[in-house]
Amino acid sequence: MPKSYADLLREARATVPEVTPAEVAQIRETPSTNVTVVDVREASEWEQGHLPGAQHISKSYLEQQIEGVVPDRDRSVVLYCAGGVRSLFAAQTLREMGYSDVRSMSGGFQAWKTQGLPWKMPAVLRPDQKQRYSRHLLIPEVGIDGQAKLLDSKVLLIGAGGLGSPAALYLAAAGVGTIGIVDFDVVDASNLQRQVIHTTDRIGEKKVESARRTLTALNPDVTVVAHEEMLVADNVERIIAGYDVVLDGTDTFETRYILNDAAVAANVAVVHASVFRFEGQLTVFQPYEGPCYRCLYPTPPPPELAPGCSVAGVLGVVPGIMGLLQANETLKLLLGIGDTLAGRLLLFDALDGAFSELKLKRDPACPVCSDAAVEARKAGRPLAAASVGGETPFVLGGSLASPAEEARA
Amino acid sequence: MTAVRIPAVLRPAVGGEKELDIDGATVGEVVNTLAERFPSLRDQLLTGDGQLNRFVNVYVNGQDVRYLDGLGTKVEPRDEVRLLPAMAGG
Repeated sequence: MPKSYADLLREARATVPEVTPAEVAQIRETPSTNVTVVDVREASEWEQGHLPGAQHISKSYLEQQIEGVVPDRDRSVVLYCAGGVRSLFAAQTLREMGYSDVRSMSGGFQAWKTQGLPWKMPAVLRPDQKQRYSRHLLIPEVGIDGQAKLLDSKVLLIGAGGLGSPAALYLAAAGVGTIGIVDFDVVDASNLQRQVIHTTDRIGEKKVESARRTLTALNPDVTVVAHEEMLVADNVERIIAGYDVVLDGTDTFETRYILNDAAVAANVAVVHASVFRFEGQLTVFQPYEGPCYRCLYPTPPPPELAPGCSVAGVLGVVPGIMGLLQANETLKLLLGIGDTLAGRLLLFDALDGAFSELKLKRDPACPVCSDAAVEARKAGRPLAAASVGGETPFVLGGSLASPAEEARA
Repeated sequence: MTAVRIPAVLRPAVGGEKELDIDGATVGEVVNTLAERFPSLRDQLLTGDGQLNRFVNVYVNGQDVRYLDGLGTKVEPRDEVRLLPAMAGG
């Protein structure tokens, strides 16, 4: 006996319980209820707006994709479509698949909106962006929302050198929408052994301009902001303002302390790396949640104990590896996924081919990030001002290299 | 004997060794033994009055001794002591 559409709909209504939009809104507000709301409309409808927090599976992919979204057959599931019909049929399918608590929202998204309940527009990528970032979109932890977040993000690189070059390339490729670069130097032939963002024909060109050309050629979605100046105590606050994450890839202690103090005050995370010959150190300074640079190293070493790359040399791949690990930490911070290296110092030894990890703690007496330091800053009397990187910046001394040579390395 | 990892920047002071086995029941004893055997290390590790320089961190099994018992932190033969000065290269 053939069945009409009306017959099928009647059967679905008889087997699938329905909930009103008001009831769904109430269920979602009750913290103890674990319910997954699934939008079964087509992608083009989803892009016009959807319930906040809903998952999207087009009805045509329901059987294939539901187990990825709701693996637990006993979990409560509410389905909705535009008017409440497709979700009834979809719910029947889920019941056949063994889902024990599936309901359909009566009246669908139209009724939800008519009743003035909250909804949101999803992040939308252009077709060319969907293609470019497809490998990100396939990862559930990134997806369209994560990619949109990256495109909206602003990351500042201190230095377009050994660490900054690889980090900038991969952050640009990943679609970080705004990349600021602080560098006052020009490309030198001796940079090219590791600073892969620059090229031989750009020797003598400003590093920020060379970096901009490379990054925008790689990904036109990226806006490169060139800060062609040396980071100093007088401009640091202005330069870092508005950035979500800062990558420290400088070559001097002075700049590292100046950046640290300003970033702690501005509550901006700094992804820190430094290199020496075959070795690298990496951590994340997340203000007030983990230690800051001064907690780790309260004072800089004398220059003879801490030569920069221009004096001591460095195996080119070491900043390459450490710079990419900085990019990795940055992406995690921007996306809010994974465990960052805050409170952990990762050491890399290229000759051993080994990583090791040290535990870092906040110094309760830190002149920059301790409670007392915060109070002092509020009162206009910062504790760190008298020491390194404050009002009287210390000088590394001229025995090994001039500050300009140091910074260039 | 406790294994002491020597960072690259301090290796010239110890004849290029990457790791040294040093006697000592505390971090202070280990550091002092090192400083006696390799006098050019002394100024790099210790202040004039025998305290650890603040630009050198010492870790025992991955923990900063500043948050343990400082130079008084006990070390066992199988512990790993790591000297770690700050480095600035980028």
